[in-house]
Amino acid sequence: MIPSIPQSRYAKGIYGAYVTLFFVYLAAPLVVVGVFAFNDSLFPSMPWEGATLAWFFGDTAPYIGIFHDSALLRSIGTSAFVAVWVTLLSVTVGTCNAFLFERARFPGKNLLYMLAISPLVIPGVILGISILVFSNAIANGVEEAIGWDLDFLRPGLFLVIIGQFAFITTITTLVISARLRKFDITLEEAALNLGASRADAIRTITIPYLKPALIGAAIVSFLMSFENFNTTLMLVGSDAPLTIAMFDRLKQGSTPALNALSLLLMVVSGGLALISVFAQRDRSSK
Amino acid sequence: MKNASGSVAGGGLKLGVLLMATPLLLWLLLLVILPHLDLLMVSLRERISYGKYAFSFTNYIEFFTEPLYWNTYVRTATMSILATALTLVIGFPISYYIAKVMRGRGKSVLFLMCLIPFWVSELVRTFGWMILLRESGVISHFLQWAGLVDGPVEMLYNDVTIMVGLVYTSMLFMVVPLVSVLDSLDDSLIEAGYDLGGNAFTVTRDIVIPHAMPGIASGCIVVFMLTLGNYLTPNLLGGKSSLWFTEQIYTQFITRFNWESGSAFGFLLLVLSSLIVWLGLKLSRQTLSDTVG
Repeated sequence: MIPSIPQSRYAKGIYGAYVTLFFVYLAAPLVVVGVFAFNDSLFPSMPWEGATLAWFFGDTAPYIGIFHDSALLRSIGTSAFVAVWVTLLSVTVGTCNAFLFERARFPGKNLLYMLAISPLVIPGVILGISILVFSNAIANGVEEAIGWDLDFLRPGLFLVIIGQFAFITTITTLVISARLRKFDITLEEAALNLGASRADAIRTITIPYLKPALIGAAIVSFLMSFENFNTTLMLVGSDAPLTIAMFDRLKQGSTPALNALSLLLMVVSGGLALISVFAQRDRSSK
Repeated sequence: MKNASGSVAGGGLKLGVLLMATPLLLWLLLLVILPHLDLLMVSLRERISYGKYAFSFTNYIEFFTEPLYWNTYVRTATMSILATALTLVIGFPISYYIAKVMRGRGKSVLFLMCLIPFWVSELVRTFGWMILLRESGVISHFLQWAGLVDGPVEMLYNDVTIMVGLVYTSMLFMVVPLVSVLDSLDDSLIEAGYDLGGNAFTVTRDIVIPHAMPGIASGCIVVFMLTLGNYLTPNLLGGKSSLWFTEQIYTQFITRFNWESGSAFGFLLLVLSSLIVWLGLKLSRQTLSDTVG
């Protein structure tokens, strides 16, 4: 079953057909979402009523295009706000963790490492409810003890950011650690020998070396935050991020404006995916 | 850092390590350890009157005595195991094709084509399946056009559809570890197998699969865990008949505002998920750090 082993044309043909069929299965849902963004009908379903751009630019009811749908646009803003904070926090803490796990030696390191990767095996819904329960307990405790109402600990954007940060940090830690592990420590020592301070050596030698991993980690965190649903669902307050807003629309039944939005999301996340793939490719060729 | 630390003052290092460890410790303590301990505590209490609670197993007893909860739990676990097995069976030949049959540029293009759909939100992918499968959807129209059925067919809201969606959503997490493990299998081992009189079946069984075992284990663990904790796909594709355990948790927390029993459900799901992950690691003789790192 490898090219150097002769195979019957029959078997090769079946294998090839299976692989083709698989890629049709992969592409089908994405293609229909994209195509129906242009359907001149009030519902994202058959029959095909002709092409229109109204679901992007329309501004007269019922043809409200995505660029005039203030509720969805606001939720995109909310998601971007959350994603920027989650990215900043998780890349910063992830970098600290990577240095700690790759460079330092201290007792209990293995246990801490196990704990640090454990968020990956906690289902998102459970991470969400545990943070909800805990923050609520703190808020109630504070309110009873000194009478302050810590509003940010109630369901809302602060908790959404914290909840997403809780598991995305594991991913940034793993991505940045993998790169740091390959770093040649003698480069840093050379800088120290040449009179650089420890901070200078890290700033001018190590951080530039880590840059591809930092960018990759930032892209992954941003996308994971932007697309997160499970943890967000449990922690969301009155400001709905995009995934929650889209979910509500889907349940109610929506116009193809939702397809138009999905198509834009696909283009943006596909583009980001390609950027991060090429960033990784540079890394391996160096 | 054993080399570099020699050049730094010993006392400074300890303080440095402590400083660097602060974000890690705060993160793990405040966002992972304490919340889960609190979840356990809440699940073990019973509300007596306003603001008054007592220790009790009521929430767990309720779970085991109410057939709806228990059945949903077992059903979620069984369907997740089935989805994991299906993902493996469907994904393995694809991974093998990418890793061993394709060469050069075509190989990376095919691999990339496998990855791209998963950068798109799960919501969008599920939406695509809804457009394909609903009564007024693409497949229903195609079947009518082809004359295979007389009227519209509703293909949403049944178990097969949930399964299609779950397998679709999980595929990436199976294909990536499988491709990387199969890539490391030397072609000459497969050739040797054929030279020694093996055929496609025996070579796969005795050489390829044993070699791919670590990848199979990590793929299965991740897929099972994600499927078990999935909310979107069963909810949107299965509708009211989906009976997924995460929906029970959501109902207890958000709709019924019964945090005590919701916490108990959450904890039971966590136990099930951890148990299967642990079992998978034991059976494949791996550690968690090998699997994810």
